[in-house]
Amino acid sequence: MSNSKVVDNMTSIASRRSNHVKEPRKIFSIPYGVFLVLFIIFPILLIFFYAFTNKEGNFTLDNFKSLFVNGQASSTLKVIGTSLGVAALTTVICIIIAYPIAYILANSKFNKNKVLVYLFLLPMWINFVIRTIATKQILEFIGLDSKMYPWICSIIGMVYNYLPFTILPLYNTMLKLDKSQIEAAADLGANPVHVFFKTIVPMTIPGIVSASTMTFMPTMSSYVITDALSNRTIQLIGKQIESKFMLDQLNVGSVYAIIMLILIGASVIIENIFSEKKGAR
Amino acid sequence: MKSNEKNTLTEEKVNSLLKRKERLAKSKKITGLTFVWIMLLIMYLPIMYLILFSFTESKIIGQWNGFSIASYIRLFSTKYPDSIKIWTAAWNTLWIALVSSLLSTLLGTCGAIGMHFLSKKIKAAFNLATQIPIVNAEIVMALSLVILFAFLGLRTSIFSLIIGHMVLTLPFVVINVQPKLEQMDPSLYEAAMDLGATRAGALFKVMIPDIVPGILSGFMISMTLSLDDYVITSFTKPSTGEDFHTISTYVNGLLSKATLPIQLRSFTAIIFGLIVVLMIAYSIFNIRKGKKA
Repeated sequence: MSNSKVVDNMTSIASRRSNHVKEPRKIFSIPYGVFLVLFIIFPILLIFFYAFTNKEGNFTLDNFKSLFVNGQASSTLKVIGTSLGVAALTTVICIIIAYPIAYILANSKFNKNKVLVYLFLLPMWINFVIRTIATKQILEFIGLDSKMYPWICSIIGMVYNYLPFTILPLYNTMLKLDKSQIEAAADLGANPVHVFFKTIVPMTIPGIVSASTMTFMPTMSSYVITDALSNRTIQLIGKQIESKFMLDQLNVGSVYAIIMLILIGASVIIENIFSEKKGAR
Repeated sequence: MKSNEKNTLTEEKVNSLLKRKERLAKSKKITGLTFVWIMLLIMYLPIMYLILFSFTESKIIGQWNGFSIASYIRLFSTKYPDSIKIWTAAWNTLWIALVSSLLSTLLGTCGAIGMHFLSKKIKAAFNLATQIPIVNAEIVMALSLVILFAFLGLRTSIFSLIIGHMVLTLPFVVINVQPKLEQMDPSLYEAAMDLGATRAGALFKVMIPDIVPGILSGFMISMTLSLDDYVITSFTKPSTGEDFHTISTYVNGLLSKATLPIQLRSFTAIIFGLIVVLMIAYSIFNIRKGKKA
């Protein structure tokens, strides 16, 4: 009886003490919380407010109408389609190129130290606009003029810029690859193609998913590269937002931003589905 | 005698098999590494091209007019307006990156420490909000900030530019510090308090040293993102007064022009040289540290 009372007492003291230790530290999160609300959450809510109002702040659907009614729908849908197309193409090409690179870099047989990995990341430190200009000039030098081949040039520029972002997540997952499984598959008679598709690929799905999102999302919105390498003929959603910003049409720009947010939401959901599948196995 | 012969026979067989396997592995290694090096070569081609043509005096890249260091001389001469523009833009890029990264590191580290002690539900809300700028498209964040300042009746200024860069970098500081806090042994902190350390003392002597690697990598990532940024900068940079440019916005403005100032090539070459030197110094530092440990 008295024993349990002592224990009770002790736990209450201990819990009070730990509370006393922990409580005041919470206040450190307040400035950060204020920043998050003021400069990240509130501005996104404002986008929705602006999309549904006119310049005077009155409710209107005109901003949506200007994009989807009176024959504008086809050009708006074309912009969305082009953005998705460029992003998808860039992502697929990036993964096809980055996958073997990441595999080789993560394999200690090929790459004993991290120097090669650093070498792939080093160009990222040169300003990407300068790199894009350099790409444009070298493409012109080998006869790929951005006026004549806007699509080829833009995709090359995109792949060139986003390749390190694709390599890194893939490399990180491949470092954790269970090599004994691969060896076991090979020893048990699986041919190299089977080894690749039945053991290596399934084990690296999380890396493929995160590399895809790392590439897909920014590609859709980055208009600098397509501007430079397609001579402004390829119009992405990002470009539309920028031109509406330049024309001071923030309300219409907000509608494009909402479209963008919907696409982002969709890709986050798709990413989650894939990583959950992996987790369930 | 016979069994011995047999043994040597099988040994030979095994040896030849092993050799074949070795050769196969070797050829595989060579193909793999060749592929990697070819890809690296392609990755570096545009930069090398710029650097190569920084040593000639032609208006158009790809035209070799003989060796010359004119582009370097011009870059460091105040007689050329383009050189002044490049250095002003470079200075702006650097100080914006430094100030915003320092502020982000400070605010983000405090935030991560505070979040560590929050209840699970509030912490989850914080984590969700932290993910927003990471997942969100940069251009949507940029537009939302412009709208915020328009809503408040403010013009974009240095202040909005710094805020913009903080929005870009802050989450990365938080997500870099958080894992270090989770790895930390909580009893150490409590022990320090029990042994009579003040709260500030326990914080600075026990907690901060443990999370320094996270803080540093958060700062480095902030610098990288901020130095390279175009979208947020072009949206939130000062709209009044004389043209404010960072390297990104300045170079992007040149795109519509027929020829680029030749100083841009020498500037890129110098920056690239600087990065290589820093990288080598960093690797040497790491190797030495590894040897000591």
